[in-house]
Amino acid sequence: MAVNPYNRGPLRTLSVLVLLIVGLYGLLGAVSTWGTASRTPKLGLDLSGGTELILTPKLVGKQAINQGQVTKAVDIIRARVNGSGITEAEVSTQGVGDIVVSLPGTPDAATVASLQKSSQLRMRAVLVTGSAAPTPAPTSTGTPTSTPTTPATSTPKATGTTTTAPKSGFPPALSAATTAPTATPTPAPKATSPSAAPKPAAKPTNASDPAWVTPQLEAEFVALNCANPKSVEAIVDDPAKPMVTCSSDGTEKFILGPAEVQGDEIANATSDQQTTQNGSTSGVWEVVLNFNGAGTTAFCNVTSRLVSLPSPRNQFGIVLDNQVISAPVAEGSLCAGTASITGNFTATSAKALADQLKYGALPMSFTLQTADQISPTLGSDQLSRGLLAGGVGLLLVVAYSLFQYRALGFVTISSLLIAALITYGLVTLFSWSQGFRMTMAGVTGLIVSIGIVADSFILYFERVRDEVRDGRALRAAVETGWGRARRTILISDGVNFLAAAVLYTLAASSVRGFAFTLMLTTIVDIVVVMLFTHPLLSILANTKFFGQGHKWSGLDPERLGARNVTYAGRGRVTIAARRAAAEGNQS
Amino acid sequence: MRSFSQFGNDLYTGKRSIDIVSRQKTWYVVSLILLVLAAAGLFGRGLNIGLEFRGGSEYQVAAVSNFTNFEARAKAALGTVNPGSNVVVTRIGTNTVRVQTENFQSTTVTAKVKSALASQFNVGANSVSANTIGPSWGASVSQQAITALIWFLILVSLVLAAYFRTWKMSIAALIALAHDLVITVGIYALAGFEVTSATVIGFLTILGYSLYDTVVVFDKVRENTQDAIGNGRQTFSQAANQAVNQTLVRSINTSVVALLPVASILGIGYFLLGPGTLLDLSLALFVGIAVGTYSSIFIATPVLADLREREPAMKELKKRALRYQAAQTRNASAVASEGDQPGQAGTAEAGNRDVVHASSGGVTSATGRPLHPYVQTGPRNQPKRPPKSKR
Repeated sequence: MAVNPYNRGPLRTLSVLVLLIVGLYGLLGAVSTWGTASRTPKLGLDLSGGTELILTPKLVGKQAINQGQVTKAVDIIRARVNGSGITEAEVSTQGVGDIVVSLPGTPDAATVASLQKSSQLRMRAVLVTGSAAPTPAPTSTGTPTSTPTTPATSTPKATGTTTTAPKSGFPPALSAATTAPTATPTPAPKATSPSAAPKPAAKPTNASDPAWVTPQLEAEFVALNCANPKSVEAIVDDPAKPMVTCSSDGTEKFILGPAEVQGDEIANATSDQQTTQNGSTSGVWEVVLNFNGAGTTAFCNVTSRLVSLPSPRNQFGIVLDNQVISAPVAEGSLCAGTASITGNFTATSAKALADQLKYGALPMSFTLQTADQISPTLGSDQLSRGLLAGGVGLLLVVAYSLFQYRALGFVTISSLLIAALITYGLVTLFSWSQGFRMTMAGVTGLIVSIGIVADSFILYFERVRDEVRDGRALRAAVETGWGRARRTILISDGVNFLAAAVLYTLAASSVRGFAFTLMLTTIVDIVVVMLFTHPLLSILANTKFFGQGHKWSGLDPERLGARNVTYAGRGRVTIAARRAAAEGNQS
Repeated sequence: MRSFSQFGNDLYTGKRSIDIVSRQKTWYVVSLILLVLAAAGLFGRGLNIGLEFRGGSEYQVAAVSNFTNFEARAKAALGTVNPGSNVVVTRIGTNTVRVQTENFQSTTVTAKVKSALASQFNVGANSVSANTIGPSWGASVSQQAITALIWFLILVSLVLAAYFRTWKMSIAALIALAHDLVITVGIYALAGFEVTSATVIGFLTILGYSLYDTVVVFDKVRENTQDAIGNGRQTFSQAANQAVNQTLVRSINTSVVALLPVASILGIGYFLLGPGTLLDLSLALFVGIAVGTYSSIFIATPVLADLREREPAMKELKKRALRYQAAQTRNASAVASEGDQPGQAGTAEAGNRDVVHASSGGVTSATGRPLHPYVQTGPRNQPKRPPKSKR
């Protein structure tokens, strides 16, 4: 089929659009078939039901928070949420320092409280260790040990420090210093007064002094069941006192001395492969710690003291949120302000530990700003009505543009459909890649944007009509009209985009979806006008129906008042010639 | 339809022209009255601040079938858990009951209230939504809104100044913007609509929308005034007025099309959904878009014209244009006195760019065929020769 040479350019542009759409949906199909994406956008909490909590950091006095701390806080809260066994939870920041936690279903009060508390990372000297497995807790022994799934930690039976070869594994449970309270399967704490623990009355001289272990602590130690979340939750972490706690994977328990190094004294923590003397990587993963001034001194004191002590008291426990995430052995007095932890790490576990050490100190707690619980019934109700509103809105726009622009109205309709197609694909893609969720506000944004998108078509059509009124032939009118309309469309869409972008960066999360869909549709609008509406109109201008200004085409020059004879150059007079031809046909 | 597009044609060609720019004082007075009313509403009545800004708890019970005596029942349900609190119960849409209390409740209390409400209204626990808002939340929302407003204003005035290459357009657009915002908020105060955080976002979105309209008009104003400055046939105000007239149909169409979906949300939201993000956003948008259309036509352009007319260059242009127009009128009356189609040429609005069009109908060839203006004057730089029959 021979292509009208006038149509070649527009057809090329249209094929770009087709490629774009095919590419978009191809990508979407690929990631939904082989990836994790779904074919529909994920729904926000207000449509699918669930709970949204907004937490704001509690600031003491003039304390200020920076973006880094908030990011840390988000990571920690995410770990806490995941640790409590809730799946599909989302944690994000909003505005300056607010943290939004979205959970499916309704969380219990304890979960909410656990999200709000501050997070503490401390280093304490180990006094006693014990295996958690045979805990003589009277009730829940046979139950499967539901280990908290804080991502890291379980693997690094980490020991070792700078330069020296890593030791592997914790020392056997309850070695040397104490006799085994756990050796007896029944809870009989009094019977097992550990031989190595000296008189409880004596005042402890330093943080590693076994004198900290009072009979009361010991009783707590024996009673502690690391497999029981309740008893783990009951652990108290008072920096000035010794504490009884579990390792975060629930396999071991400890009695630890008072806190000696605070989490905020750790300046940085990174994970890397150990380097050998000649600088090549050894393939052994290590976690490198950097301390600040106070931390260097404190850590120096601790390691200097521990290095000469018998196992397990040569270990120090790194306690995060009441649980020991790592208990390495000190292998020298480390006073340089850096230290490395080695053990049988993998790349991921080393990174996880480093992140925990780095982000561990979250010296702030949060106030619950809002708690919004939406029932699934209400949500689905809202969605169906939102879609109804969208359908009605679309119909009204279609009806109005058909009324105003006759056949041109169909150009509007098809452009709107293309825009809808692209928007749907993009939203679905974003919901997969960026975790965007469609909320009621987002739906509102989409509906409102129907008007905005249709507006740019109107701008264009009116411009073309203006040119026709000036007496241009339709093909010329479409081109000159486009040149002028494009500028207006770009600047007005630019302003809209700017407004939406400012809203997006600063708005409260509940309406962020609104700003997001507005931004998205503004871009889609420009794409559709450029790649679809304009080439389509150019092609249509070459058809008899539109090009000769059929009565129903919406571009009838007579109807548009271009009654005057217009000189089109080279002796041609457009309207008169056309009218004469038309009259000739009729007679 | 016919008459509307006819109206558009007439506005475009200048056959019919609405004096918008020259009657700026009228619009200023109208707007001033509206602004005073808005301010009175704002400071007299005050805004009806929603729960989100005061802090408190809100419960929504969906799928309620039995509405008899629902207020007392809801209060009873709440009283068992949280006695003595100030409770407001409203019915929303067809099957939803909303319960609001002033105090911020802990999650434990919330859970109890939910189950009490569920059993009272005989619905599943799934059908009860709870929303608890801390007292400081509203302040932080307002804080964010104000930050967003300031950023938006700064960015947008920069963008507009860069695009239009004159800060006066930025100023005029911003004045129109402030005008829209104050009136919209004022309408909220006067009508007593509830202000929620969604409403605040709606207000901020109006900013974008109001500017959208203004930018479309200004784009045409720029085009026309450039022509006018080039050929010296129109004063700035005349060119601006013509631009407003030419874009009037477009403004009406774009506003109607923008309003239609918003109106549909508003309708569905009001009759079926009840208060919520949807209704709050769409109400703010509806009012804002309507006011925005008004201001881009009746406020922004006259303000711009007022600002620009003070420039010496524009005063110069005014002199030139008036001189030109006087000459045109003289010519036209001369033609009219020749007896050649009186009236037609006389009605051509002096100084209009389309004066050529309007008068072109008046000159016909000997055979009665209308002559294009291009050929009316004969070959360039040569005296016009009358046709043989007239010689």
